[in-house]
Formats: sequence, structure tokens, C-alpha cells
Amino acid sequence: MFFRRTASRAVAVLGVAALAGIALSGCTASSGGGPAKNAPITFLAGGNDPASIKTANDLVTGFNKVYPKIKVKVDTRPAGTDGDNLIKTRLSTGTMDDVFFYNSGSLFQALHADTTLQPLGNQPWAKTLTKDFKATVSTSKGLYGAPFGSTFDGGVMYNKKVYAQLGLSVPDTWAQFISNSQKIKAAGITPILGSFGDTWTAQLFVLADFANVSAQDPTWAGNYTANKADAKYVNQPALAGFQDTAEVKKLGLLNKDYASLTNVNALKLLATGKAAQYPMITAVIGNVEQSNPDNVNDIGYFAMPTANGNSHATIWEAGGAYIPKTTTGGKLTSAEKFLTFLLSPAGCDIQNEASLPAGPYATSNCTVPANAPALVKDEQAYQDAGKTGLALEFISPVKGPNLSQITVQVESGISTAAQGAALYDQDVKKQAQQLNLPGWN
Amino acid sequence: MATTNLAPTALSASASTGSKAPVPRKKMKSYYPSWFFIPAVALYVIFFAIPTFASFYFSLTRWDLFSSTYIGFGNFVEFFQDPQLLNGFIHTFEYGFATSAAKVIIGFLLAVILTSPVVARGYLRAVIFFPVLISTIGVGIMFKSLLDPFHGIVNAVLGVFGLPQPGWFTDPSLALASIAAVDVWKGVGIATLIFMAGIVAIPSEYFEAARMDGASSFKILRTITIPLTQPATATVIILSLIGGLRSFDLIWATTGGGPGFTSDVIASVIYKEYQAGFFGLSTAGNVILFIVVTAIMVPLSSFLNRRAVEL
Repeated sequence: MFFRRTASRAVAVLGVAALAGIALSGCTASSGGGPAKNAPITFLAGGNDPASIKTANDLVTGFNKVYPKIKVKVDTRPAGTDGDNLIKTRLSTGTMDDVFFYNSGSLFQALHADTTLQPLGNQPWAKTLTKDFKATVSTSKGLYGAPFGSTFDGGVMYNKKVYAQLGLSVPDTWAQFISNSQKIKAAGITPILGSFGDTWTAQLFVLADFANVSAQDPTWAGNYTANKADAKYVNQPALAGFQDTAEVKKLGLLNKDYASLTNVNALKLLATGKAAQYPMITAVIGNVEQSNPDNVNDIGYFAMPTANGNSHATIWEAGGAYIPKTTTGGKLTSAEKFLTFLLSPAGCDIQNEASLPAGPYATSNCTVPANAPALVKDEQAYQDAGKTGLALEFISPVKGPNLSQITVQVESGISTAAQGAALYDQDVKKQAQQLNLPGWN
Repeated sequence: MATTNLAPTALSASASTGSKAPVPRKKMKSYYPSWFFIPAVALYVIFFAIPTFASFYFSLTRWDLFSSTYIGFGNFVEFFQDPQLLNGFIHTFEYGFATSAAKVIIGFLLAVILTSPVVARGYLRAVIFFPVLISTIGVGIMFKSLLDPFHGIVNAVLGVFGLPQPGWFTDPSLALASIAAVDVWKGVGIATLIFMAGIVAIPSEYFEAARMDGASSFKILRTITIPLTQPATATVIILSLIGGLRSFDLIWATTGGGPGFTSDVIASVIYKEYQAGFFGLSTAGNVILFIVVTAIMVPLSSFLNRRAVEL
């Protein structure tokens, strides 16, 4: 292969300079005099769903009680890949909000933090972070993110009332899960929710199975990143996630409107007991608090069942709050104050109230309140038993962009589990090559 | 300038065709001083020339907006190995040709009706044209809710009559066809307008003479209206085919290329690669799309225009 890095860099710089030129009109650096005191800032919320918007607004209200003179304007953005695109575009054109929420882990790594984000390692709260979280928002050069929200788990969210009513117990093996689902179906309740109106939700059978993959083969993630031939989705143990995805539709266990239902509406069905089980990340419990506050504690959690039992809970680290490099001077001071507030006792209270904690926090400044939703206790049980594992996106930079569409295809029966897994391996290869990872060329 | 050298050739060429009065082509004379052009040239170079050449270069690199690595034709090889691409190509052609054909046929029939003396003609013309004025994304979102398989008004009405209620945008075998139908609804107004202009331009003596000779309405349509609206047909085909081949916004607003990849077209495959941060790869995709559309449209356009001239 033929490398011409310096020359191509120069061209890239020219290209970016041209882009930046377009963006210049949007920049308002305080060029005259010293940094403005109490400079107003903008804040990009973590999505445009009701829970994200309410959290953002509550944080700003709380922040203004402490710093009444700093004006904060809230912006929203789409979730999923559209959101990724928006974040990257704004960062590379210098039009990013002064504070923004975004994922930690592999999606954070794709932001090129060293050139686009303000380092935050010297902030007072940096010492309070857990080691796991620090690793997910740092590069070799420094720390770039503050934790926002709690850690959360992926697996199956289920309606405890339905389970109690039908005398079911929490499944550990896939066979038990299917037998439970068939009993639920017989009782006239939707056994398993699919919600492809938001395509990202289709990935959970695969993504939330990863702690089980790690439990069976602790070296899998490392081999996968290094492009070893057996650490592929077409092979077991990872193939199981795709097989599970295909099986639920084949057995007729999905809701009728799986192809168009949205995440928020699926949660309403789960909360009210019209549906019993939903492969999901528990972070969405905040939306149940918004739509069905009386039913939050009816919802429980169990880890993705496996063929042989001994199921493990897959853990997602907290998201991050970041400040872009383009925020400087007075705005930087204001933005740093905002992050410090986020991790202060008052900020933790707002995080606790506005979006229910779905698991423990990544900073020792915040604690999960006694009235946390019931499913947090279910998650804690896995943690106490040592049956957890981090999601793949926190231990490998490799994640193919088309997993949502591929799992939609598999789950709706357009392609088989094996075809889907093979397609995803190919998708992953493309991404790893783009990242210039060793072993993929 | 190049014009100076070409002037004698151009002169002899236009003289030899000789059908029109030969106008000798003089050296182009500018009415403005040269510095007058600087703003326009600067804008052109900054916003068109540099990005175009930069995109040809970046299509040969692995590029993440911050740094790029030259990889030769690697992106093009990768793009053609992509299983979604073939899929996308097939869908693009199906979509482009289906919407174009439907717009020609429906647009022509509507134009015939709306140029004949019907009740409330002005109002009907406005109604046909109205969807053209709405934003495509707006149309997409509107139809997504109208055609929702369980809560949409269309399926509710079908249910009242006991008809099947398909998942318009969610059934893999229907999704692309449903989007094409919405595209036709939205775009047929332009086709109708062009056809109406073509029909109105036909001298009314032809119709009168034909009727005197006892030609049936169908015969008039077949032997007068259709042949004499040939230039309009060519315009409609070209416009709607280009629109269809590079269509993206309506597809993205309704299905996002889904379910799975069943309504993915080239443009949405490229867009998803941009989303994923594969900037070099997707720029290569745009270069390919550009070449494909040009390769289809240039010969088609010259063919259609030649026929129009012959008539």
C-alpha cells in the first residue's frame, strides 16, 4: 500500500480550512479585551425525546439558581446515527454548542478528541471518576468528558405484574425465556416487543448478549479487534445473538406492529402490561417516568438469557458531557462551571430526579437515591454476584455502522441469522479499515 | 481566449448549415472591465472548482475530516464489493424508471383533461400543482403518518371496507413501491404543467381540421396531441429520470432505506456511509453516482432532443 501522509494532510488541512471558512460567520470568539464574564453558552441535549429535553431544561434551571447571570440556551438533536452525523459535522465545522452530551466509548473515540475537544483532566471533579469511566472518555493524551447520568444495563426489561400474574420466574436459559414467552402469548399478552420505528432498538439481542460472549470467551473482544479469524459474528458464541434475533419472529412472539412501533410507545405498552418483555437498555426507564410514572416499579430487568444458562448482565458506561475546542475565553469558563455544576450535589439531585438512575454512577459525587426504580435492584443483583461484563463498544473500537439495519432484516425474516452475521462481519471490516486498525488491511 | 481561435471554424460551420440567416460570430466583447468579474470568479473557484477537484482527490483517500491517507482506488473497489451497493443500484433504476414512466403517463392524461373545458379548471390545475410546492421532507413525514399500518388514516379507511391493510412502508416487498407512489403524487404536478404548455401550444386549426375530416377523439389524441407534445415528453422524461435516479430525501423521510436495506438507493447508501464517518468511501460513491447519472442522461437527452427536432 502506498502512503503519502504529509501531502494528504496538507490537502486535508486546506479542505478543513475551506469548511472552517464557511463556518467562520458562526464563530463569536471574544476577540476584543479579556474573557467576558458570565458569557452566555449553548447546550446540546442528548436527544430530542421527552426525557432528554426535560433533563436538559431542569439542569439549566438548576444551574441558573447558582449562576443566575449565565444564560444557557438548550438545543436538541436526533438520536442514533443521525445524531452521530450532526455531532461530527458540528465539531469539524467549528459550530458545536459550548457543552454537549454524547456517548462514551467507541463513539467518543471517533470524535478525534485531541483536536476537537477541550481537555478536562484539571477539573476539580476529575478525581472522583471511576477508572472504568475515565477509560471511556480519554485518549492517550488526556481526559475529555464528564460523566452524565448513571451506568445502565442491556438485557430484557419485563413487566413484573404480568410475570407474577402468570406465575412465571425470571429465565436464565433461552429455552426458559421462550417457554415463558409462549405462556404469555397464550394469556393474550404480547410476549416480546419489537420497535423498528426506531431501528436502533433492533440491535439489543446482539449487543446485550455480549457479556455472555465475554463470559464464555474472555479473550473474544481482543481477538475481534485484532481481526482473528474465529472471533467473528458468523461463529459461536457471538452468532447466538443473531440466532436469538431471528427466532422470536419465527415463533410468532413479536407484537403485530413491530415494524412501525417506536421506542417510546413500546415502553408505554410494557409499562401498562399490554406487553411483557422488551429487549432494551435500561437507560430508557426515564421515558417511562415521563409517560407512565405510576408504573415505573412494575418494570424489572434480567440479563439476556443464554443457551446454557449462567447469563451475564451487559453494562454500558455513563454518557459524557464535553466541551469543544472552539469554546474559549469567557464561554469556556461558563461551560466549565456548567460541568462542575453537573457533578455537584445539586446537579446530582437533578440527574436523579429528571432522569431516573438506571444503575450506579460513575462519579463518587453522585449516589443512587433510595427510591431508585425497581430494575436498578435487579441490576445490582447481577453486580453483587459478579455476573456482569462491559458492552463491546467500551472494550473495542470496532462497531459496524449498519448493525441496526442488519438486525431489522434478520428479525423481520428478510435474511437468516447466518446471512445477517456474515453481512455484519463485512460491515465491521469496512469500519476497522477506515480506522486504520492493525491487522485489517 | 479560446473563442478567438475557434471563431473562423464556428463561422464556416454556421454558414454551411445555412438554414437560418448566417450570423458571423465576432470576438466576444465584454461590456465590463475585467476586475468586475473578480467576485464571481472568486465565488466560483472557492465554492465550485476547489470542492469539485478536492472531492476527486478525497475519493482516493481514507478520510475522516481531520487527516487523510492516500489509498489509490481502494474506495472504489470497496464500494463495488459492498453487497448493499448492487442492491442500491437495482432499486435506484427501478425507482427512477417507474416514477418517470408514471409521471409521463399520468401527467399527460391529467394535462389532456385540464386543457379541455371542464368545470372548475383553474381550481383543479392549482390542486394538481399544489404538492410540488410542499417540502419533500414534509410530504414524507405526512405520508409516514397517513400510511402507518396500524394508526394511519389510509388503512383505517381500507379497514372500513374490509380491504387488506398492508404495511405500506414496513412490508419489505411494498416499501419501495409505496415511496415511488408518493413521489409520483408529489411530482406529477410539474409533468402536468409541462404537458399543458405543450398541448396549449398546438395550433387549434389542427384539431378543427381533424374534426372536419371526421376523426374520432381517440384518433386526434393519438395522431395530433401525442406527436406534437414530443418536446414536452422529452423534457418530462429527462427531468423526472434525473430526479428519480438521485432521489434521496423522500426515501430518507419515509423509510430511511428500510426495512433492513429493502428501499436503499445509491444516494441513501452514500449518505449512510457519510453518517458512519467513511468520508473518503462516500465521496467515491458520489463520484460513481455522478458518472452513472451522466452516462445515462447524456445519450438519452441527445436521443430525445434529436427526435424532437426531427418532428
